[in-house]
This record gives sequence, C-alpha cells and structure tokens, in this order.
Amino acid sequence: MQNRRSSVDKGRTISRRLFILTGAKLLLLGGITSRLYNLQISDREKYEILSDKNRIREWKTPPQRGIITDYFNNILADNDRVFQVHLSLDEVNNFDQTLFRLKNILNLSNNQTKKIYKKKEKLKPWDTLVVSDNIEWNEFSKLNLYLHELEGVKPVVSSSRYYPYGNSSVHVVGYVGDASLKDIERMEEIKENLVPGLKVGKSGIEYSNEKLLIGKYGIKRYEVNSSGKRISQIDYVKESQGVKIKTTIDLEIQKFAQELLIGKAGSICAMDIYTGEIIAMASSPTYDPNKFTHGINHKDWNEIRDNPLKPFVNKSIAGLYSPGSTFKPLVALAALEYNILNPNLKVRCKGHIEMYGQKYHCWKDKGHGYMSLRNAIKQSCDIYFYEMARKLGVDKLAVVAKKYGLGSSILGDVYFDEKKGLVPNTEWKRNNLGRGWLLGETIINGIGQGYIQTTPLQLCLMTAQLANGGYKINPHIISDENISFEDIKSKIQKDIESLKLSSKEDQRDTYSPIRLYKNSKNIKFILEAMFASTNEPGGTSFRSRYDNKKYQFAGKTGTSQVRRITEAERELDLKQSQILYKNRDHALYIAFAPYKDPRYAISVLVEHGGSGGKTAAPLASKLIKKIIDRHELREQIRKRIANLA
Amino acid sequence: MLTERLHTSKYSFLDKLKVLDYFLIIIVILIGAISVFAIYSTESGEFLYYTKNHLIRLVTFFLMFLFLSFIRITFWYQNAYIFYLICLFFLIIVLFFGITASGSQRWVNLYFLNLQPSELMKIAVIVCFARYYHRVQTTDIQNYKFLFIPLILLIIPCYLVIRQPDLGTAILIAGSGILIIWLAGLNLKYFVYSGLLLLVSLPFVISILKPYQKSRILTFFNPDRDPLGAGYQIIQSKIAIGSGGFFGKGFLKGTQSYLEFLPEKHTDFIFTLFSEEFGFLGSITLLFLYILLIYRVISIGFFVRSFFAKLYCFGFASAIFLYVFVNISMVLGLLPIVGAPLPIMSYGGSSMLSIMLGLSIVMSCKIYSQDQIRNY
Repeated sequence: MQNRRSSVDKGRTISRRLFILTGAKLLLLGGITSRLYNLQISDREKYEILSDKNRIREWKTPPQRGIITDYFNNILADNDRVFQVHLSLDEVNNFDQTLFRLKNILNLSNNQTKKIYKKKEKLKPWDTLVVSDNIEWNEFSKLNLYLHELEGVKPVVSSSRYYPYGNSSVHVVGYVGDASLKDIERMEEIKENLVPGLKVGKSGIEYSNEKLLIGKYGIKRYEVNSSGKRISQIDYVKESQGVKIKTTIDLEIQKFAQELLIGKAGSICAMDIYTGEIIAMASSPTYDPNKFTHGINHKDWNEIRDNPLKPFVNKSIAGLYSPGSTFKPLVALAALEYNILNPNLKVRCKGHIEMYGQKYHCWKDKGHGYMSLRNAIKQSCDIYFYEMARKLGVDKLAVVAKKYGLGSSILGDVYFDEKKGLVPNTEWKRNNLGRGWLLGETIINGIGQGYIQTTPLQLCLMTAQLANGGYKINPHIISDENISFEDIKSKIQKDIESLKLSSKEDQRDTYSPIRLYKNSKNIKFILEAMFASTNEPGGTSFRSRYDNKKYQFAGKTGTSQVRRITEAERELDLKQSQILYKNRDHALYIAFAPYKDPRYAISVLVEHGGSGGKTAAPLASKLIKKIIDRHELREQIRKRIANLA
Repeated sequence: MLTERLHTSKYSFLDKLKVLDYFLIIIVILIGAISVFAIYSTESGEFLYYTKNHLIRLVTFFLMFLFLSFIRITFWYQNAYIFYLICLFFLIIVLFFGITASGSQRWVNLYFLNLQPSELMKIAVIVCFARYYHRVQTTDIQNYKFLFIPLILLIIPCYLVIRQPDLGTAILIAGSGILIIWLAGLNLKYFVYSGLLLLVSLPFVISILKPYQKSRILTFFNPDRDPLGAGYQIIQSKIAIGSGGFFGKGFLKGTQSYLEFLPEKHTDFIFTLFSEEFGFLGSITLLFLYILLIYRVISIGFFVRSFFAKLYCFGFASAIFLYVFVNISMVLGLLPIVGAPLPIMSYGGSSMLSIMLGLSIVMSCKIYSQDQIRNY
C-alpha cells in the first residue's frame, strides 16, 4: 500500500516538475520569438543594408573629360583611345609571379616595377591597379596572346587626354596629369571623381575649368562573395563627359604666331578690338603637353625646366616687361587729355637733355631736331616725351594707363599664373618702397621705362581699346555667345555720332559703351600718329608697312632696355649682336589693322630681340596679313553662331 | 530477479502498427523534408555531396527509427546501463584513437560511418538516468547517496567530451542529465545552490578555458570586438537573419549564404540560412514544428505506465527543447557560439542517428505502453 502511495506521489512529482519545466520552456520560446521579431521585423532595414554592403561592391569608372576647341571647332584637347593594362587585385593569386610575367611581356624596367609595388601598397585588396596607362598597340596585342595564363590581368581600351597641336596650344589650353593630394583637396569634384588613373588639369584652361571639364564618373556594381571575388555585374551607371569648352582662339593664327616665334623667346597676342576675343596668344619657347599626360620622364622634364628661355612661363600673361616706347601713345594721350600741351608745341631734340642735374639720352644719338608731338610719336623721339612726362606728372599718367587696362589682371582667373604688372604712381612708391617719388623717375616713366611693368596681353588690350575709338571692351579667351560684335559696334558708332551732335556727358544712357577718353579728337590724333609711324617715311616701322589698303596697319615700336646703359658703354656704341644675350633690349611692337575701319589689335614681344622696328615689327606685319586673310572665314562662323542664337 | 519485476503484454503486429504514432512520424518527415531543402540551398541549388549525404542519412536513420520502434521498452530498461557503458567506452576510445578534425578529436572510425560517441551519449544519459530514477523513491531522492551517483555518471562523460574539446555537446549532455534530475523531483534548493556555486566559480572556470573558448565568450558579449575574427560568425548570422525580413529572400536566394558570408552553414548555422530565405514566417513555422514534436513526445509520456518510460519521454522532450533552444539562441546572438547542432536539420550523421534513436525509444514507449515495470 505504501509503495502504491509512494508511486502515486512520484507520478505527481514528475508531472508537477514537467509543468514547471514547460512554463520555463514557453518563456524561453517567447524570448527566441521576440528576438526573431526584433531582427527580422523591427531592425530589418538595418540588416538589409548590412547585407547589401556585404554583397555589393562598387567600382568607379573614370569620367570622360570635356573637349576644348578653337573658334572653328578644331579640337585642341581631345580624348584619345589608349591601351592600358589593369590588374584586378582580387583575382590575382600570386601577385609577384604575375607581375614578373607582365614585366617580361611588356618590357617594364626595374624602376617601373618598383613604382607598381609602391602603388599597390596604397590600394585595397579588391582595387584595380593600373600597371601601365599607355602601351603601344603591338605590346597590347602581344599581351592578349598570353592572357589565358595571366589571372586578373585586364587589357583595357580607355580614353586619355591628347593634344593634337600640343606645342602650339599648350600656353592657351594647359595640360593634365595624375591627380595629386593638392588637387584632391582643391576641389570636391576631383575628390568625388577620383579613380585610379584619373587625370586632372594642371595648368591653363584645363586647370581653371576643371569643374566643367571633369565630367561625372560611372559606377559598375558587382555582386561579390565573401573573399571579394566578383560574381556578377548588377548595374552599370555610365560615366558622362564633361562640358565642351570653346575658346576664341583661331588655331591657324595661333600656329602661325607660334611658328613666327620659333627660335626666340617671346609672345604674340592678337585680339578683336570690339568683342575682346583673343584670337591668338602665343608664347615661346613651348613644350609638348602630351608628355605630361602619362607622367613625364626625368630627361624631358629636366630639359624643359633647365631651358634658359623658360618654356613654362606663359610670356603673354605671366611675362612682365617694361613697355618701352609702345607706352608712348598712352603718354601722349594722357598729356592731351589733361591739356598739358598743344600738339603743335615744338621741342628740340639734340640727342640728349639735362634735367635735374641728370643727363637723359634719346635713342638717336644725333638727335631728331625740332619735333612736334605727331613726329615725336612717329619717330619715337625720347626727348619730347621726357619733356611731356615732366609736365604731365606720374600720377595723371597712371590714371590713364590703368584705365586702358595696364596694371590689372585681364583674363580674371582663367590662368592662375597671370600677372597684374605694375603702373607706378607716387602713392604706390611711398607705400611699397617707403621713399618719395623722384622727378627723374617720372621722366623715364614717360618712355615706358623704370618701375612700369606690363604683360604683352595688356599691351594688346591697350592697343585694342585705342583702336576702337577709346572704348572699354571685355577681353576673353573662352567663347561667349552673348557678346555680339554687331551690338557693340553699333553702340560705339551711335556714341561717336551722338558726340558730334552734342558733347554733353549726361545724354548718355547706361547701355552706352564705356568711354575711356574725354575728347575723341585726342584718340584720333594718337591713331593717326601711329599710322604715320608705320606708313610714312621716317616712321620707326616704315619698312614693315603694307601699301595694300586691305592689310594697311598702324603701329608703334618699342625697344625696352633691360638694364641701365653706362656712359662708357654709350661711347662704345655697340651693336645689339655684340652685347651678351641677356643684356640685349627686348623688342616690342603694338599695332592695329586694317587702318581704315580697324578690327584687330596685336602685340609682339621678342625677349632680348634688339630693336622693336627691326625684330618685332616684321613679325607683326606677317601676322597681320594672316589675320586679315582669315577675317572672312571668322566672320562666317561668327554670323552662323549669331544666327543660331 | 530483474525479470520478475517486468510484466510484459502480448501484442500482435497489427496492434503495434495501429498504435504507431503517425502524428510524430509526420512531423519528423516534415522537419526532415525542410532540412533537405535547406541543405540543398547551402549548395546553391545543386544536388551535390552534402545534399546527397544528408538525404541518404535521413532516409536510412528514419527507417532505422521505424524499425527500432518495435524493440520492447523493457529491452531498453534492461540494457540502459550497458548502453551508457558502451557510449562511455567509445568516448574513451575517442580520447586515444579518435579522428581529429578542425582541432578537436571527436570521431571514431566505424568504417561505414565516422561515429561521434558524444552525440549518442546525449541519449544514453537520458536512458541511464531514467532507469536510475525509476527505482528511487520520492523520499530518498533528497538523500546525498542518491545524488552522488548521478553526478558521477554525469561528470565522467562531460569531462571526456570537454577534453575533445567540444563544449557544446558537453553542455547538452549535462543539461539533459540535470533536466531528468529535476523531473525526478530533487529539491529546488540544490538547483539554486549549484547555480550560485557556478556563478561564484565562474572566474575560475574562465581561467581554465582555452583561449578560443574565452574569445568566444567575450565575443558573445561584444561581437564588434573583433568583427573579422571571433565576432564574424555571429555578426554575419544576425545580418543574414535580419535581412530575411518577414517573408525571407526566397528559396535559394539567401545572398549571405551563397556568397559564402555565412560560416558553418550546413551544420550549426542551418537555421540562419533557413531564416534568411524563409523569413520570420518560415522561422516561426519551423519553431512550431519543433514545438509540436516536443508536445507529442510529452503527451506520449503521459500515457505510459512505467516511470522509466515517463521519465525518458519527458527527459527526451526537454532535451530536444534544449538542443533547439541552444542552437537557435546561438545563431540569434543570445548565447555564445558553442557547437550545438539543430536536431534533424543540421548536417551530421551522429546527430541524426542519436535523434532518430531517441525517437525510436519514444515510439517504443508508445507501442509497449501497457508494459509494466515494477518500481521495486
């Protein structure tokens, strides 16, 4: 009986214990279920993102750079097909072995392989290594033969910057190279588009217009497994090309100007005097920008860097020179505008003059005799200008010079290396040199020597703004369709006509062009004197003239001293060819053409070229013919664009 | 003397077929079918090595389960200690001559099968303890003498399994044993005291753990401690389950698994794969099937007459719950990663064998439910 009861007890105990256990189980089950609910329903999105992060990996494809053309749509900066060798690190089993094979097939140097190892260190294990970004076609086809035994090696046909007229266009367009840390920090767009082998602008328009040119990278999305191996392509967002940039340059004239400067150091600029379009901006010596695209080698780099004629300096905008006698038209204009002197005033030139106890020389030792202002400009008599500058004073001269564009940047931020130059006045000297202005300095300033510093492009702009009747224009090198020649020309015409009716200022409206003069007779006088300088016997550039009215131009020579000439040297009367190259005078020339109804202004500078009349004017003469010959063609294009707009 | 205590009834074969628990069989078939699809998915939908092996084992051991069901429950009663000793013997053999794989020595080569004796021990412990407590009176249970022997019976196999090392299985063996001691009616205070003792000795236990075990435990508390190393499994498992959402990514579409982010997806992490592809709905369904299985085993236990069979059924049901709970909690990041397979679902012959063997004993309890084993 007892056993039976005990047995019943035991059965009850077991059942009770099971009941408690079941309760515990249900609790635990609830725990599991709520955890599942948490993971799969509440936090689902979070884990979905994590799962996609696991399985999807993106590869950026390089953007297509926008092209740069001249005014006639000739391509100055193109994207060329190049053959590259890429290495997908995630697919390579034995990196050393693969690279060794590649080295033999592509004939890589030890130096190059070292660089590749360095590059590899910076990459992630699934990145693509660019082994070579530009190989020859025959190497490329050879590589394709061995491809089956080279895991992870990918021959890629890619695009890369190419400058078809590299030497002629480099100072306008600039060049590209691999993005450096500085580039990446400079611009968000570069950082965003950064892919192995991305090229970015390093100078010129390529640099300043990076934002427009760079384009937008593409994305290839792949599904990858846990070891990073690509399983399948999910998605491909195609890369897009940057904006096309059209310049105002005429490639033919640019090339011609560049040819004129071969063997010399110097600059040639040409500009439309109404629209301000820069038609040519040559600088010599030049270099091949294509060499920089895939990394320049040491030899080429040293050659360019060590060239004493400084190929890297864009002399048109970054070269600073004393304008010499090319400054004289502006000095004369200033004197007339301020009513300093009567143009008929005669000054006697004996070849030298004593002022403030100092002896000042004219370029012509024997002297010009009695000079009027017109003759003084025509024959570039220094004595006359000494006298005029003395009366005018430096501050008034500076006002006029600045008005015409000297002493300030012309193209804004298109070229980071553009220089402002310097138009001195008394205040400037006091503030910057801490000394008072000397009267003797005014005197040499009158012939464009002394502190004054200008770039060739500034001189070109100055000439253009004189030649168009004294109106301010907007110089530019990147084509702007909103600027209409007809519009500007007719406004200037109207302004000149309104002048004849009444000379009162207040009748002008805000849409009128900005006058840079007080009395238009003064401008006419200067232009006429410049005509004489070129087209009348005794003028300094008489030998470079054209009799044909179509090409006939007016200009002004300039010969700027690079150092003071001592009395002893003056006695020797050496010819330029007998002086050391670096001590020779710079030759300058400014001109506008055609004289009747002018349209273009040019400036020519030849460093250490001797006299402006002998060296610079003949180049200008050739260039002007070329420009006039191409005028019709340019007009056609211009009208077509105007019609489209 | 022993046979005197047994009272066996006579059954015709038809009777036996009639009382077979078809409900249980259907649930086993359902879980088995799901497991085949899951393993098939681990091979990205190709009928390869794992799927083939798993299917063969499932079918073989399922037939074995049906066949062994007809062994009289009294046979198991009589040979409970022998079964335990055989398993212990194999564990000792493993200790000296076992096959080593991925750093632990767990298997013994039986030519047709690499047997993992620790898996069998999970069943043997339940059988052995059921037999032991079958005889112990309720009043004697609290006696130290009757507490001492089961503890020895439990500690020896656990120690041998930990030596392999295989912490997961050792915990499951210990857990199964403790569950039966609980069911038999040992006073609650012993459980509380030993729990406290465990807590106090935890620092000491941790100090003798192997470095990889320590790192697993530390990783459990903070998986981001070493996301590519020790924490990798649990992080990837949570990502897989979480990204499955309510309906799952679809059969064969579990990206975490076919892109090989998921470790051990055939064995311990099979639930993760299933949950990724079939979502919350699928997971709950599978859990429900396990609950049904456990419920069925328990309800069989209610209708058997002997304490041995009752203790066995309740014990086995609780053990299955323990296996499922430990495995799923582990892949959900609720428990540290210790090797513990999911019954029937996980790939692995010994685990399948032990579950099917355990089920056949349950079935035997049902078929021979009228057999009486006297308690004294």
